[in-house]
Amino acid sequence: MWGWGEAGRNSPSRPPFAQMERVVVSMQDPDQGVEMRNQRLRITVIPHTVAGSDVVDWLVQKYCISEEEALHLGTLLVQHGYLYSLRSPRSLVLRPDDTPYRFQTPYFWTSTLWPAAELDYAIYLTKKNIRKQGALVGHEKEHYDQLHRKINHTWDLVVMQAREQLRAAKQRRKGDRLVIACQEQTYWLVNRPPPGVPSVLEQGPERSSCTAGRVQMTKNTEFYKREMERCRKALTRARVKSSICLEAYLKFSSQHGPHDPIMSGCLPSNPWVTDDDTYWIMNAPSVAVPTKLRVERWGFSFQELLEDPLGRAHFMDFLRTEFSAENLSFWEACEELRHGGQAQVHAMVDAVYQQFLAPGAARWVNIDSRTMERTLEGLQQPHRYVLDDAQLHIYMLMKKDSYPRFLKSSTYKDLLAEAVIPPEAKRRVFPFMRKPRHSSPSPALLPASTSGEPVAAASGPECGDGGT
Amino acid sequence: MDEETVEIQGRIFYQMVAIKDCILVQNLEVHQVAERVEALGQFVMKTRRTLKGHGNKVLCMDWCKDKRRIVSSSQDGKVIVWDSFTTNKEHAVTMPCTWVMACAYAPSGCAIACGGLDNKCSVYPLTFDKNENMAAKKKSVAMHTNYLSACSFTNSDMQILTASGDGTCALWDVESGQLLQSFHGHGADVLCLDLAPSETGNTFVSGGCDKKAMVWDMRSGQCVQAFETHESDINSVRYYPSGDAFASGSDDATCRLYDLRADREVSIYSKESIIFGASSVDFSLSGRLLFAGYNDYTINVWDVLKGSRVSILFGHENRVSTLRVSPDGTAFCSGSWDHTLRVWA
Repeated sequence: MWGWGEAGRNSPSRPPFAQMERVVVSMQDPDQGVEMRNQRLRITVIPHTVAGSDVVDWLVQKYCISEEEALHLGTLLVQHGYLYSLRSPRSLVLRPDDTPYRFQTPYFWTSTLWPAAELDYAIYLTKKNIRKQGALVGHEKEHYDQLHRKINHTWDLVVMQAREQLRAAKQRRKGDRLVIACQEQTYWLVNRPPPGVPSVLEQGPERSSCTAGRVQMTKNTEFYKREMERCRKALTRARVKSSICLEAYLKFSSQHGPHDPIMSGCLPSNPWVTDDDTYWIMNAPSVAVPTKLRVERWGFSFQELLEDPLGRAHFMDFLRTEFSAENLSFWEACEELRHGGQAQVHAMVDAVYQQFLAPGAARWVNIDSRTMERTLEGLQQPHRYVLDDAQLHIYMLMKKDSYPRFLKSSTYKDLLAEAVIPPEAKRRVFPFMRKPRHSSPSPALLPASTSGEPVAAASGPECGDGGT
Repeated sequence: MDEETVEIQGRIFYQMVAIKDCILVQNLEVHQVAERVEALGQFVMKTRRTLKGHGNKVLCMDWCKDKRRIVSSSQDGKVIVWDSFTTNKEHAVTMPCTWVMACAYAPSGCAIACGGLDNKCSVYPLTFDKNENMAAKKKSVAMHTNYLSACSFTNSDMQILTASGDGTCALWDVESGQLLQSFHGHGADVLCLDLAPSETGNTFVSGGCDKKAMVWDMRSGQCVQAFETHESDINSVRYYPSGDAFASGSDDATCRLYDLRADREVSIYSKESIIFGASSVDFSLSGRLLFAGYNDYTINVWDVLKGSRVSILFGHENRVSTLRVSPDGTAFCSGSWDHTLRVWA
């Protein structure tokens, strides 16, 4: 489950090693990279070191980002083992000061030595143990004991390798020895982090590259015929020019901008910012007097009007005055059918037919003869989409006819005139005096409404009486 | 026409469509149009609530229609319902599986759905009866042959749409658990889906590990449009508020905007300094801003029209795995592998 599959494959959200490596490689460019210097460390001099602050500055320049972002990115590079601190190699942190860092050698990049081998870890821990008895503590001691038990049969090999590596290291110059020790330690800090430190290499569940558990599509003639049809449609589909589409976004965003609390704020105040939930109370699904912004929104599109239960209710009242309320009721009934339970489909289709479509029905809706014919035919074998055509016909009728009249009606104009504009909440004088946050009744507490009620009608709780 | 000929023809058509898509991708028009738009001013958003209570990585969250309650799920199988305004936990249930990658709030606010490595989607009615064990009333609805990656109620509590690692999406009747429609077409795991806010149609978009975003007709089960310009897995898809376009976030560290009427990618949101994958995206109410959570623990805020980044938000201490704007657009909530959820406004 935690495996990454073959190296190089686009595995489940694995860290972007290639991209991080590109960054550190350009950081080491002799001309354009970060300034390198020699760093005195106790009695040795280590070449090719960089200061933490220089790393941050370089990132700021190269990517035109803020210092905060540069520090964040630099820290990620350290956490993934691409840079290590010479003075405190155990801490994977980037300090934006003159703390010296070095770039990890590609040999020890996580992506190079993948996956981290148990045997190598055993050798590493053994070396530590040999160099200084009792040096292994905590999780390293635990791992060491575990590995000793697990690969007991080849432990001689482990000890031999460890001794050999220690011997070879002694032959090196002190500076090199120090550097290699840091490099190796950094690799293991990343690949075997101590408990409590989240591993940057942690992955989600494997996204299977193999097809086990995958629903196979038989690629037979039928499949290709369908694909061809889809491609044919795609090639010949009428496309709108993208500049026209973008104009549409401009229009939509500017029209809705004042209604977007994050863009334009909201009155009296944003509840999350001031802890005052008046905004929600004033915009509750059924409120006596809606706000002006809300009533305005009903004029943006028929869809917006219907989506708001209050708007829909006022529209229904208006339709009653025009003796065409059955249209909206029919539409609502069709919505209930489409989104209702499977077991209720037959009964619902029947009920709708009896109430709205049958000759002499109590609330007969006026559908053109062709649609009616098609619908009646479909009713022979009722399914949840059987009334789609009729529903669409009535929807367009309301949208093109009743809706524009509603917007011009005195009903709507009165609503606009009476609508409230909440005053902006006065700033609290004492910032430390927190307003008590009112709780609100959970929707789950309400008496169960009849199942299958369309969403707009089965709205959220009345926030009007939340708390004291 | 024999099988081989059909196959060859099919492949040719497919290539033609792919080529057509390549030729048309240009961002020039976006910026010409967007030049007329005023630049956004100083942008300040802060963490207003931090929800602590999950003992492990938060993987998914969803808002209730009441604009303040949320449901969240995590790696250790815990699913919690919070009133995020007061930060009180109201319900909690432990699933019998780990990695609960999908959760959703029912439109009525009376139930939640969730699933993950159990390959199922289960619905739990929410109850305040102290004597009742929430897990007792659990209803198993969806059955896939691989992990559940996303789920969403349609316009009512009666139907659920699911996406799975088995490469399919499916529509289920909650009451009976009956499969109403299945959607085949992705060549790999499906990771995300979003329902279209359309007034008349039934469509939804899904994104997968095959780098494709596909738009489906819920009634026929057919794919009506497909987009393949991402260079890696698509982790998240979300419709633009008008329903004419959708945004996607991917492991290739970019977010993209696809227009359905133009039938192509129209904008790409990327920056050289952003090298980690985007895990989840959502629009502000007016569609002007795109919030995207990334695997580098940050949230980037993009100006949808201008294509530029407005702000970067720090705060989480591990990957941001899920992000949703609240139903009335007053805030957005992000969940992270650092075990917390944050509400920003």
